[in-house]
Amino acid sequence: MSYLAIKDLTVRLKNGVPLLRKVSLEVEAGEVRALVGESGAGKSMIGKAVLGILPRAARLTGGKILLDGEDLLTLPPKARRERIGAKAALIPQDPLTALNPSRRIGPQIIDRLVDILGWKRPKAEARALELLDEVHIQDPGRVMKSYPHELSGGMRQRILIASAFAAEPKLIIADEPTTALDVTVQKQILKLIREMQERHQTALLFVTHDLGVVSKVSQTLTVLYAGKVIEDTNVRAFFEAPAHAYSQALLAATPKYTDPDGSLMPVPESIITAVEQEVAAFDAQLNG
Amino acid sequence: MPDARGQIRRLPGLRLWLSGGWLLLLVLAAIFAPMISPHDPLEQDLFAARLPPFWEQGADPAYLLGTDSLGRDLLSRMLYGARLALTVALVAGTLTCLVGATLGLIAGYYRGWADLVISRLVDIWMAFPPVLFAILLIAVLGTGLTSIIIAIVVIDWTRFSRVVRAEAMSQGAMDYVASAQVAGRSRLGIALAEILPNVLPTIVALLTLEMGIAVIVEAILSFVNLSISTDQPTWGGMIAEGRTSIYQAWWVLVFPLFALFLTVLSFSQLGEGLKDYFDPVLR
Repeated sequence: MSYLAIKDLTVRLKNGVPLLRKVSLEVEAGEVRALVGESGAGKSMIGKAVLGILPRAARLTGGKILLDGEDLLTLPPKARRERIGAKAALIPQDPLTALNPSRRIGPQIIDRLVDILGWKRPKAEARALELLDEVHIQDPGRVMKSYPHELSGGMRQRILIASAFAAEPKLIIADEPTTALDVTVQKQILKLIREMQERHQTALLFVTHDLGVVSKVSQTLTVLYAGKVIEDTNVRAFFEAPAHAYSQALLAATPKYTDPDGSLMPVPESIITAVEQEVAAFDAQLNG
Repeated sequence: MPDARGQIRRLPGLRLWLSGGWLLLLVLAAIFAPMISPHDPLEQDLFAARLPPFWEQGADPAYLLGTDSLGRDLLSRMLYGARLALTVALVAGTLTCLVGATLGLIAGYYRGWADLVISRLVDIWMAFPPVLFAILLIAVLGTGLTSIIIAIVVIDWTRFSRVVRAEAMSQGAMDYVASAQVAGRSRLGIALAEILPNVLPTIVALLTLEMGIAVIVEAILSFVNLSISTDQPTWGGMIAEGRTSIYQAWWVLVFPLFALFLTVLSFSQLGEGLKDYFDPVLR
C-alpha cells in the first residue's frame, strides 16, 4: 500500500478560483516521486496541502489525503498536526528564511526531537550532533552554537536536511530544495538528499521544475499543468517517450549542454492552447 | 564557515556611552534626591528670589543653579523632578510596551478577525490628536501619577501595535514558521518561541523611544497644570513657571528644559544602540 495517497484533491482561492483540480497521486513507502510543472502549476501547493500549511488565501475544498492509511482531513486539528509532525517533514526551498535567524542552530534541531519524539534534551543534543555529522558537516559542535547568518547557503541546506530527517519521518516533501543554491552546491545537495533517503528508507515527494534533476533522484513522476495532473508515469518511460503532448514539449524544452542555444526551445503556442482547452473542458465537467 | 558579518562586533560607540551615562546620573539623582539636595525643594525664601546661577554676578553659592521667583532652589527641584520623570518613563513606557506589543503580535501572527478588530481600533485611535486626548483623559480620570500613567498607556499603545504587527506579519511568512508548524508546534508556541525573538530588537528600540515620549507627555501635562499636585516639583511645571519670568530669570526655564531635552535624546539614542545589541545579525 502506498504511504501517501492523494485522491481528487481540490484547492481553491477564497474567491473560488481553482489552484488544484482533482489531483490524485501516490507515493510508495521508500519511493522517490518527482512533481514537475512550470511556475504556478501548483506543485508546491500539493506539498503544502499535505503538510497542513496552505496559505491563508487558499482553501481545501475536496478530496482525501491518506498518510500511512489514515485520512488526515477527517482528523481533528490537533491530532492531525501530531500525525503530520510524526510522519512527515519538509525540506524547504529557501535555506535563508527556513532557519530562525535569532536562534542558534543546535536548539532548532533539538526542538524537533523534543517536540515530536518527546526526548530529553541531552539525548536530543547527542542525536543532533550525529545528524550534522551524517550530512557531512565538519565540526558539528561549533555549528550547533552558530547563528544561521554565520553559515553559507549550502551549509544551511544541509542543516535543514538533517533536521527534516531528525525525527525519522517516513515521508519527506522537498520543495525545490536546490533552487536557491548555486550549481556546484546543487549537485552536492541532491546527492546528499538521495543518500539520506536511501539510508533512512524514506518516501520522498520531490517538487522541482528541473527535468535534469528528475532523472537523477526519482523513480516516478507526476507532471502538473494549471493544477491538473497531465501525466503520471515512471521516469524511464517518461524520458523514452512521454505520453502527453505537453510533456513531450516540456522535455524538448530542456536545454542540452552540448548545444545550449540551438536546444533552447520554448513550449509551442499550439500545445499551450491545447492543454489550456483540456483544463477548461475538465473544469466544465467538474462544475457541470 | 562564518562570513565577515560575524566578525564585525559593533563597538557600543560614544553616543551609547553618553546617553547611558546621562540616564545613569539621572537614576542616581532620583534615588538619592533627599540626601544630595542642598535645600528643601518646596522651601520658599522671598529674600532669595530669582538668584542667578553660580557663574553670574550676584549669585549665592548656596544656590548653585539659582532660585525661581519664589526663592526655591532650582537644583533641588530638578533633582526631585527627575524622580517623577523617571517613574513615568519606566512605568508608563513598560506598560505601554506590554499592551501594545501583545496586541500587535496577536494581530500580526494570528491575523483573521483579531487582526481586523485590532487594526481598526488602531486606525480610530490614531485619528485623535494625542495631546487633546491626554488632556481629555486627565479631565476624566483626575490628576495624579496613576492617571498620567494610564493616559500615556491608553494613548500610545498604538505606536507599538502598528510596528510589531507589521514585523510579526513578515516573520510569520518565513519558512521557519512553516517548518515549526509541520513539526506540530502550537500557534502560541510559535508566536512566543519563534516570532517574538525576531521582533524583540524592534520592541526594545521602541520601548526606549516610548520612555522618552512618556517624559515629554508628562512635561506637557505639567505645563498645562494637569499633572500631579503643584506641591511636587516636576520639570514640566518648572518650565511653565519659568515661562512667566523668562526676561527676568532665564535660568528658571532653561535648566529644566535642558534636562528634559537631554533625557529624551538619551532614551532614543540608547534604543538605537540596544537594537543593534539585540540583533544577532549585527551583534
